[in-house]
Amino acid sequence: MNDNIFLMQIKDITKSYGSIQALKGISMNIGYNEIIGLVGDNGAGKTSLIKIMTGVHKQDNGEIFWKGKKINNLDVPLARQLGITTVFQDKALSPQHSIWRNIFMGRELTNKLGFIQIKKQKDETLKLMKGKMSFTSTAINPENIVGFMSGGEQQGVAISRAIYFDSELVILDEPTTGLSLTESQKVIDFILTIKKEGKSAIFISHNLFHVHPVVDKIVIIDRGITVGSYKKEDISLSELEKKMYLIAADAHATI
Amino acid sequence: MKKYFVSHKLDISVSFFFVLIMLIFIAAKPEVFIGYKIYMAVFTSLGLVAILTTAIVFIIVVGEIDLSFPSVIGMGAWIFALSFKVGINPYICFLIALIVGCFIGFLNGIMVTKLGLPSLVLTLGMNFLLRGIIMIGSQANNISLVPLRASFFRSLFVGNLGGVFPVQMLWAIGFSIFFYFIFYRHRFGGHVCFVGDNILSAREMGVKVDRVKITTFIMVGFCAAFIGVLSSLLNNVFYATAGNGYLLLILAAVFLGGTPTWGGIGTILGAVVGSFIISFVQTGVIAVGLTGYYTDFFFGLILVIALISHRFTGGNLKKLK
Repeated sequence: MNDNIFLMQIKDITKSYGSIQALKGISMNIGYNEIIGLVGDNGAGKTSLIKIMTGVHKQDNGEIFWKGKKINNLDVPLARQLGITTVFQDKALSPQHSIWRNIFMGRELTNKLGFIQIKKQKDETLKLMKGKMSFTSTAINPENIVGFMSGGEQQGVAISRAIYFDSELVILDEPTTGLSLTESQKVIDFILTIKKEGKSAIFISHNLFHVHPVVDKIVIIDRGITVGSYKKEDISLSELEKKMYLIAADAHATI
Repeated sequence: MKKYFVSHKLDISVSFFFVLIMLIFIAAKPEVFIGYKIYMAVFTSLGLVAILTTAIVFIIVVGEIDLSFPSVIGMGAWIFALSFKVGINPYICFLIALIVGCFIGFLNGIMVTKLGLPSLVLTLGMNFLLRGIIMIGSQANNISLVPLRASFFRSLFVGNLGGVFPVQMLWAIGFSIFFYFIFYRHRFGGHVCFVGDNILSAREMGVKVDRVKITTFIMVGFCAAFIGVLSSLLNNVFYATAGNGYLLLILAAVFLGGTPTWGGIGTILGAVVGSFIISFVQTGVIAVGLTGYYTDFFFGLILVIALISHRFTGGNLKKLK
């Protein structure tokens, strides 16, 4: 079988934090130019899974393949090198610092001695804010301190960063949580842009109304295992809602 | 121009303090403060204070603290004096002292990052431990460095340029400029800020958090050992108590300079000005004719007023943490 038909494959991933087993054997295939909706209740293991896929944490067991090739020691720099970028739930921003410093956090444009090319970083940030992110508010200034911006604008900075580094796989962890309707729509538009540009994305959210319209495939996880994987055309929004409700009820009954 | 004032308001506010204090001294004792001699006298100790103060900024910004530096100063001085006593070339002795300083910093860093020990308590313990080692090892005996008194080696580090200007001040200027560029312009300085501001974000974005923290501890160890050697050269003798008395002065200079306690941001220029204020108050209080009893009073007063002023100039960032 040619594994190369998938951009990324994860097989039987397990992960424990102390005595808590967050992942009990998760498998998922991510195709080229495919948007996957990853849904599950609180504590299902979504964030733990993402941290492993992006090299922040290492799995206890299980395998990860990128374009058919097994990846043994996935860490953050390697994940980036492969083209995996994450927009984290906490946005991974440095609140006391400017937009231009945040955009290039950990990936500064430097000369050979490691000195930051400040002007270039500011110019690139401005271009990015005006162009792909179409920031219209006062946040257009790259010097603005990120912590003083609204939640949506901060998410915008985090997403701009993902776009700038031209990723093959963008992982969005609850990107619409806490955002207004207009701001959420912006995020959803961005996810559609990823698809248009021929890239792949994983969209993690509680909000099935946000997820269902934009994705190609939906993967449901519950308490550390994969409980379902559906092509969008095989599951309607109401069926998906019903499934999620049953899972939640079952979890509740188990407790 | 306006943008500069906005982004440097902490530096400007602390510089204003310095000018104000100097004006008060000049008004109180013009015959002393208009001449150059008092400045040269202050620069003798100021050079040493400024070198370490700028290094301490990094550790505060990264979200840690190092209270072991007074004993690392002592350790640097002791190692230098000991190796000189057995006949090793003074340049090599200096190098050995610096390596020991870096190693202590490295140990502190490893214990904080890999064992998860709180830096406040750990470095307090290390301060006692290292001083204890110096006391036991030296039996509190002095080691004379008089043979170096007329050497080029001594002139290179603590000599007087043109017979007046203390060379250690040039070293301080060199260190300050170097640290300024590292802090504001270099990738490492940026990472120090990110780690101190939001350690999880920094880690998620691929910043090597532990390495950054360990490096800041090594920087402090290096600078403490450096000024340890310089202070012994200045006195022509190693005292087992070398470095005692620096702890609160240097921390006061850092915070006076406008670096906040909560990490993530800081100012090198402010730290330099903070060192100026501390050193001038120390000498100035005596020079205007007050007794030494007033020194602590003025330190305290200035520090409290400066903190209140910083609250208005840069304190709004605190709510972001």
